[in-house]
Amino acid sequence: MLTAGTTRGRRIAVIAVALGFVVLAVLIGVLVGPADLSASGILHALFGWVPGVGDGSLTSQESTILWQLRAPRVVLACIVGACLSISGASYQGAFRNPLADPYLLGAAAGAGLGATLVIIYGAATFTDGTPILPIASFVGALAGVALAYAIGGSMGGRTTVALVLAGVAVASFLTAIQTFIQQRNVDSLREVYTWILGRLTTAGWSDVVLILPYAVIAIVLLVLHGRMLDVLGVGDDEAASLGMKPARTRLIIVAAASLATAAAVAVAGLIGFVGIIVPHAVRLVVGTSNRWVVPLSAIGGAAFLVLADVVARTAVSPGELPIGVVTALVGAPAFALLLRRSGRVT
Amino acid sequence: MRRFLSALTAGVVLTLAACSDPSSSSVAAPTSAAPAFPVTIDTADGPVTLDAQPTQIVSLSPTATEMLFAVGAGDQVIAADDFSDYPPQAPTTDLSGFEPNVEAIAGYEPDLVVISGDPGGVVKGLEALDVPVLVLPAAVTIDDSYDQMRQLGQATGHVGEADAAVAQMQTDIGAALAAAADGAGMSVYHELDDTYYSVTSDTFVGQIYELFGMTNIADEANGAATGYPQLSAEYIVEADPDLIVLADTVCCGQDAEAVAARDGWDGLNAVEDGGVVTVDDSVASRWGPRIVEFIEAISAGVQQQGAA
Repeated sequence: MLTAGTTRGRRIAVIAVALGFVVLAVLIGVLVGPADLSASGILHALFGWVPGVGDGSLTSQESTILWQLRAPRVVLACIVGACLSISGASYQGAFRNPLADPYLLGAAAGAGLGATLVIIYGAATFTDGTPILPIASFVGALAGVALAYAIGGSMGGRTTVALVLAGVAVASFLTAIQTFIQQRNVDSLREVYTWILGRLTTAGWSDVVLILPYAVIAIVLLVLHGRMLDVLGVGDDEAASLGMKPARTRLIIVAAASLATAAAVAVAGLIGFVGIIVPHAVRLVVGTSNRWVVPLSAIGGAAFLVLADVVARTAVSPGELPIGVVTALVGAPAFALLLRRSGRVT
Repeated sequence: MRRFLSALTAGVVLTLAACSDPSSSSVAAPTSAAPAFPVTIDTADGPVTLDAQPTQIVSLSPTATEMLFAVGAGDQVIAADDFSDYPPQAPTTDLSGFEPNVEAIAGYEPDLVVISGDPGGVVKGLEALDVPVLVLPAAVTIDDSYDQMRQLGQATGHVGEADAAVAQMQTDIGAALAAAADGAGMSVYHELDDTYYSVTSDTFVGQIYELFGMTNIADEANGAATGYPQLSAEYIVEADPDLIVLADTVCCGQDAEAVAARDGWDGLNAVEDGGVVTVDDSVASRWGPRIVEFIEAISAGVQQQGAA
């Protein structure tokens, strides 16, 4: 297990393994897909500058598929997976609750409501062509969390319980509004539902560019606060006596985690399960120190979602499965297996 | 008891008709009420009997509304559901075809209700109020559409007009198919929404593409066998269909420009040769008289693609 006393060599080894895992997942992600692209062609396109990789070429159409469709999808899966997992790990640490997930404080309900409103009442794009839907879901997610914070914060001292309860209330309320609007506009049901299940089907480089800045800011902030999460873990009073301001720290962490969640749902919809199981799986391997769990969750989440997306587009190829279905179906048994094998509960 | 009442009504109506002014009855058109009613229509759910020509029809199916107007029974329709937006003069109300409320429907005192399914047991509810209900489910083939139009013609007393409307549809469709002989062997991608949901040949829309002799690229993707698979963008680009039919122009604002703007789609055959066909969402999803418009749009697209 990784603790403060772990040797530097061991830490580097763990991080190297994790990164290697991501690289492998990304390779699988670009090599596999419903379109039949030759492996040698893809490797040549990616690593042609490395001497000795060998020959193989892609037609211009295959090249388009690789660079315009598959590559951005894999990259987006990495970013979204990293955002959701690091957000889940941070929420779990900040609220000392192993069941916390990135949608805890009403982010999912807010994003869902924003998306529903745009799908049903709004246009597809602004006049200059930028799509409205990602922005609406982004704003909705942040608004949901802000509302939960406003309500929970006003209830006696910003304790974690108050915040979680406020989050539940906000989520229920926003979901009810969303359901009501959906019922009034049944013809849009499929569109809204597709968004709720989460999908990377329409991923493009524009989506990557859209969320990259927010994702990077949020992930960097959260990684830097990993140690603080360990301190928060001993309890608010104890943390305060150690010189930290628990409420303020929690606010920063929640804000950064919500930013990551909002960025993820803006482009991919509500992909569930990633934010809960990846941090737990990471804890099974490296222990409960948040200083390690938080960054490794980001890395592990990226790999996990890339592989889940591979399954989503190959299982019923050339059809697609909603990725939320894949993460649940695949993730739950895998997690159960991990749990049994280690005989440990986080 | 019901049979006695029906027989009595029929007897009274016939007597009155016989006693009516001879000059008016001699110019009575074949579509007048007296000889055509009572009529029993054989539907998949059993026979439906109408004792007299219905004059207070409530239509809870947008397709049925279009059909009713096409067979000349528009004047007899007093209320249509909230999605019945065609023809423009259809009496649209707040009635829901998805979640019908028996009381709300009964408030219009209908003598015939036409619906495309039986959500929430509405048929039973209406039958308990002695309102005849005609269930006309989604068509599987074009012949089902023709049959439904004829059934509505029978039910509303417009048999001749219904036959004429069907014949006109068949002629127009035949002409459109003949003009698009190049379509045989072309590949087509029918887009339902902007997340690449499509239809296979097992569906009504899919069957229409088969009439043209086209290959539907979604057929290979029917792993879940729902008829409406979601396709992968990679697969669509690799398949490079000759024709792209956009049935999401209204819901999702898609058109030829938007398709060309998608990453990786601008080099597609259909985009470069003018093979992107836009149709109104309703025209592509209803099985009424406007399937002729849909088929003509595809035919025009085929001709443009073939010429390019």
